[in-house]
Amino acid sequence: MKARITLATAARVLRQLRRDRRTLALVLVVPPVLLTLFRYVFDGQEATFDRLGAPLVGLFPFITMFLVTSIAMLRERVSGTLERLMSLPLGKADLLFGYALAFALVAAAQAAATSLVAFWLLDLDTAGPVWLVFALAIANAILGMALGLFMSAFATSEFQAVQFMPAVVLPQILLGGLLVDRSTMAEPLEWLSHALPLTYAYDALARTAQIGELDVALWRDIAVVAGCSLVALALGAATLRRRTP
Amino acid sequence: MKNSSVISIERLRIRRGGKLILPDATLELRSGVVTGLLGPSGSGKSTLMRAIVGVQLIEAGTVTVLGLPAGSPDLRRRIGYVTQAPSVYGDLSVRENLRYFASVLGVPGSRIDEAIAVVDLVGQAEQVVRTLSGGERSRVSLATALLGEPDVLVLDEPTVGLDPVLRRDLWATFHRLAQAGTSLLVSSHVMDEAERCDDIVLMRDGRIVAVASPAELLRKTGARDLEAAFLSLAEAA
Repeated sequence: MKARITLATAARVLRQLRRDRRTLALVLVVPPVLLTLFRYVFDGQEATFDRLGAPLVGLFPFITMFLVTSIAMLRERVSGTLERLMSLPLGKADLLFGYALAFALVAAAQAAATSLVAFWLLDLDTAGPVWLVFALAIANAILGMALGLFMSAFATSEFQAVQFMPAVVLPQILLGGLLVDRSTMAEPLEWLSHALPLTYAYDALARTAQIGELDVALWRDIAVVAGCSLVALALGAATLRRRTP
Repeated sequence: MKNSSVISIERLRIRRGGKLILPDATLELRSGVVTGLLGPSGSGKSTLMRAIVGVQLIEAGTVTVLGLPAGSPDLRRRIGYVTQAPSVYGDLSVRENLRYFASVLGVPGSRIDEAIAVVDLVGQAEQVVRTLSGGERSRVSLATALLGEPDVLVLDEPTVGLDPVLRRDLWATFHRLAQAGTSLLVSSHVMDEAERCDDIVLMRDGRIVAVASPAELLRKTGARDLEAAFLSLAEAA
């Protein structure tokens, strides 16, 4: 891995995104608007908003980066730029970490915009510090990016790539504890939820919202999210082939 | 140097999607010349080129480039490859594309302007690639391959859709590069490009029908032009 190529890749990805103003605007504006909507759907139920607000701030980047990365990587595959890159002196890690770096920056901007609206305009109240919500949001963005990268290998069109979002992300949100307490689910589903990375991402955010201490349980969640990101990145790297049929 | 072999292919067999594309190809290419890879579309030209660049999974046989097995990490800096479809980023400008690939190759920024000049895109350097015409886009792709001043250039149909003036200029560029020591393999399905090559490899249905200079081909077949020579060879095969 070479820092020069990783940084050049990150700069290139950001430059591409900069040209796509509308996508950038959607990435930055949609989550705060949805959060505002959420706040007033549960009007007069501040406790509900305080319980779910932080997890939402932290989960938006996961969903966005999953989508953006799977489409971006699919484009690299379809346009032949990936094949060109694979024939050049570029390490797979350079490409993956270049993408991770670029999208972590975008996720940071998104999380900052969403946090700003949530904590200052909507008076979201969490037991833990704002920076922790922010940091978890970026960790989740990287998890989403890594999963999106891996899943893009199974899509041959943008239609398919978009459909992976409900297929891969929604079940994890359903089972992750955001909607209902996992202990009240049918038992097999509760077991299954232990195997899904988003469960830990949600758990970390919920703990930050309700307990707010960087305790062992929270660190365990963070470690699982980071570990799953690394595994997904490694799997993603395995789908980048120098030689193809 | 001129007569030593730069690419050597032995008993190469390639299957794509269950179909046998190249049953058994053997080929030696001279260095420092422009070799034309000619044949109708679907004859296996792109697949052969992919094997030389080392991005194609092969079933059997060997491909050696500059004395190393095709696909060796050391070759990635020494081979320039241009695919048929322009493989550049449509949402970046010409210069931004080249700047990125220059960083990947680790070549100085001065090479960017040189490459842009060679493919005659100075006026469009700041334009976003998506907004360029098809011919211009394929020239951006070509410029990218020229950045690293590779020893071997593999160009898959680089002149398709270009106007005659530009085609002539690009062929002049190819010969200038060859004189400077670069070995070029250029594919085309148009026979009138054959006469611009130093050597010709004729392909049909995944088989190499002939390897010779244009003059030799005409002499051997007794045909009046290369198109007729190809037809007589294809029918004999």
